[in-house]
Amino acid sequence: MVTYLFVGLFTLLIGYFIYFNAVLSPDVINNPYNSRQDTFADRIVRGNILASDGTVLARTDINSDGTETRSYPFDNMFAHVVGYSTRGKTGIESLANFNLLTSNAFIGERIVNEIKEEKNLGDNVTTTLDVDLQRTAYDALSGQKGAVVVLEVKTGKILAMVSRPDFNPNRINEDWEALNSETDSDSVLYNRASQGQYAPGSTFKIITLLEYIRENSNYEDFDFDCKGSLTEGNYTINCYGKTVHGQEDLKKSFAKSCNGAFASIGLSLDTTKFNETCQQLLFNTELPFSIPYSKSSFTLNESTVPAERMMTGIGQGETLVSPLHMAMIVSSIANEGLLMEPYLLEHVESYTGENIKTFTPSVYGNLMTEEEASILTEYMEEVVESGTGRKLNDLGFLVAGKTGTAEYSSDKSKSHAWFAGFSNTGEEDIAVCVLVEEVGSGSEYAVPIARKVFAAWDAKR
Amino acid sequence: MTNLIIELSKYAFIILIALYTFLSFSVLKKRDQEEIDHGWRMQNFLTFLIHLLAYAVIYLKTGQLKFLVFYLLQFVLLQAVLVLTRVIYPMINQLVLNNMCFLLAVGFIILTRLNYDKAVRQFQMAAISLIFAMVIPVLVRKCLFLQNIPWIYGGAGLVILAAVAVFGDTTSGAKLSLNIGPVALQPSEFIKISFVFFVAARLAKSTVFKEVVLTTILAALHVIVLVLSKDLGGALLFFVTYLVMLYVATRKKIYFLAGMGAGCLAAYVAYFLFSHVRVRVLAWSNPFSVIDNEGYQITQSLFAIGTGRWFGMGLCQGSPNKIPVVDQDFAFSAIAEELGGIFAICLILICMSCFIMFVNIAMQIKNNFYKYTALGLGTMYGFQVFLTIGGAVKFIPSTGVTLPLISYGGSSLVSTIAMFAIIQGMYLLKEDEELKIEKERRAKKAKLAKARSKKIKTEKEKPE
Repeated sequence: MVTYLFVGLFTLLIGYFIYFNAVLSPDVINNPYNSRQDTFADRIVRGNILASDGTVLARTDINSDGTETRSYPFDNMFAHVVGYSTRGKTGIESLANFNLLTSNAFIGERIVNEIKEEKNLGDNVTTTLDVDLQRTAYDALSGQKGAVVVLEVKTGKILAMVSRPDFNPNRINEDWEALNSETDSDSVLYNRASQGQYAPGSTFKIITLLEYIRENSNYEDFDFDCKGSLTEGNYTINCYGKTVHGQEDLKKSFAKSCNGAFASIGLSLDTTKFNETCQQLLFNTELPFSIPYSKSSFTLNESTVPAERMMTGIGQGETLVSPLHMAMIVSSIANEGLLMEPYLLEHVESYTGENIKTFTPSVYGNLMTEEEASILTEYMEEVVESGTGRKLNDLGFLVAGKTGTAEYSSDKSKSHAWFAGFSNTGEEDIAVCVLVEEVGSGSEYAVPIARKVFAAWDAKR
Repeated sequence: MTNLIIELSKYAFIILIALYTFLSFSVLKKRDQEEIDHGWRMQNFLTFLIHLLAYAVIYLKTGQLKFLVFYLLQFVLLQAVLVLTRVIYPMINQLVLNNMCFLLAVGFIILTRLNYDKAVRQFQMAAISLIFAMVIPVLVRKCLFLQNIPWIYGGAGLVILAAVAVFGDTTSGAKLSLNIGPVALQPSEFIKISFVFFVAARLAKSTVFKEVVLTTILAALHVIVLVLSKDLGGALLFFVTYLVMLYVATRKKIYFLAGMGAGCLAAYVAYFLFSHVRVRVLAWSNPFSVIDNEGYQITQSLFAIGTGRWFGMGLCQGSPNKIPVVDQDFAFSAIAEELGGIFAICLILICMSCFIMFVNIAMQIKNNFYKYTALGLGTMYGFQVFLTIGGAVKFIPSTGVTLPLISYGGSSLVSTIAMFAIIQGMYLLKEDEELKIEKERRAKKAKLAKARSKKIKTEKEKPE
């Protein structure tokens, strides 16, 4: 019996070992911590990175003297999301490093090459990125600092991810010193789309609204008389440009982005429940995303002073969020509350075009109920219909969204401009998040960029 | 040319070890003595072929002559062991002998590749202990008196373990070794053997409840001291070995189940009591969440194994030295990375064939003391292999035990070689027993025949 017990243990062990090697190992070793991958580069010519339509975003050129150069035909346009591979690895170059350095060419060819001491050709990786949308967003942000993220709502595919200011990955080695010098205050190498942390401004009112609806089933009875500012104790909140919105219901105060109304809502909310809602929306937690990002933070608690609670209600205060995260939140609203995990890799194929692995969309889970999502959609459509997002109401299709103007310093003239929204046509809709640093209001600076992206998407339909 | 040899050697290693593994199991089924002998000789031939090929690759990769000299020394040592053992003990168990030499050879290869200086030290230790091991089978026949004084060495073993727990040096969180002059001893490696002898002697003497309780208390103290000195792998080894021996000696399932229950309870309590237990479990359940700290070693091991995949990176072509303490706890991962998953699976099977042979030998011995000892040592060996390989592939939490005969470590090497020699001694005893029975049977037969012929004779004489 002892023998059988131990033989059983050994069999299980061997079984697990086989399972590990056959099934688990590709995912395990495709990890930035696995520096073994670099030794592959001695044997494999790094494969290409392609856009979803097959356009080459990164390729390896073999020079006449046999050395290799990694080249990026679009120069700066995909700099952050595609990344670079010669000064450490970032973006997709890091994410797909293992695939790019693995050759699934015909085995006979590989063995012959190994014996001849010639390099095998690595696999090519097709991404979810759309060249037209990326170009549109990139050009629209020209001359400014900021980020644009475009997601496909039903799948979580990342169609565009732009961060500016940018750099030329073809010149990463020459420019390395300058890019990393202490005098460079722009943090050019930083991917603002996923790593940037900004006060969400009025885009956060989406979440305040959600929490208000959750706590008050009679939310439609809400009414507020806006006098252009709201004072609680010795703290005063002003509406943008000190506009007096007058008598308004919940929808109007959302559409007009009335700070007074939402500050008063912020004061009324249960901090514990508000925290739970934000937790559910992935604040203070890891995002289901595989290239470097910053966690968003939300810090309200029972002991928070009223002034801070008012500010939190309108997206000021301590709350910080990345453009990617904001795009994920609105995409879940567009997708009936269901969040799809955002992803960048579409499939891997050998250099001869044989499909090796296809990445399928994966469901993260519900961030809210279907009903809540449809109410938020209705309110966000009103923003475009009659509110701060009016510049989007003549595109010829339904758009829902929310603008934001986030103050981040005492200099009120310099605010971060936000827009987060989605097309609502029912077919292959996209979620768009735009952030422009230090320019002014969302409706003035962010909405026009979103408009260009929506138009470019519409033109391709 | 060099590249060609190195690339092809990768596949050659796999074919050779596969053949060797096959022989480990198939020869046992053969009945014809000539075929059996041929099988064992074939195994030796394969061992030396792998050994030669490996050092050829290492030499080609490094171009250093010292590796060739080192190769020759190892070749002479292993040949001498094989030849001398067979001359001195013609009845020795060939499979155990062959496997020991094979595992030693693989150990030398991978250690040379990882760290030449350590490999040289390992070789010296192996040479000394192999020479001493030559006399162990003789000693085994004389050690029957050990079954009369279990408390003496059982108690001594416990005291030494406790001393290590208090005065020992801490290596990677566990107190394992005693520094005596220039030598760092790991007493727990030797206590393994005395522990098995103790338990065997006690259980052979009596299995009445009261005696079992007394034995269990001392065994449990061993385990507790090991847990306190943070040697979790050691504690688990002693525990499982005791349970198996107890079950075989008493044949009472209730003891086994109660032991398992107590073990689970103890593990549960230890999890909440000791932070180092929690760390090991965390590093096992989700190593990637703590990849910078606790999970670093295991993730590096998984990277190594995964990168090697089925055929390996080729000897000297991977980077196994990225795994912390690779030469001890993670020798298996280094082998899997460079020589490939298939090679590694064959290695597990070879260790398993050793274990099966040990248990078979144990079950055939009539004398209970020897039987339990052989079984206990076999269990120690088998379970240790399971723990170290299971830990390296993340099948179970890593417990920091060595892969016997392969991993670097003098104490472990000496005690494992001693264990193999003791089991060989037991095997010879079993052969003796069989010879004795055979002799007695013949004597009886002769007596009978004599008596009968006498009878016939007397009958014949009668009529006269």
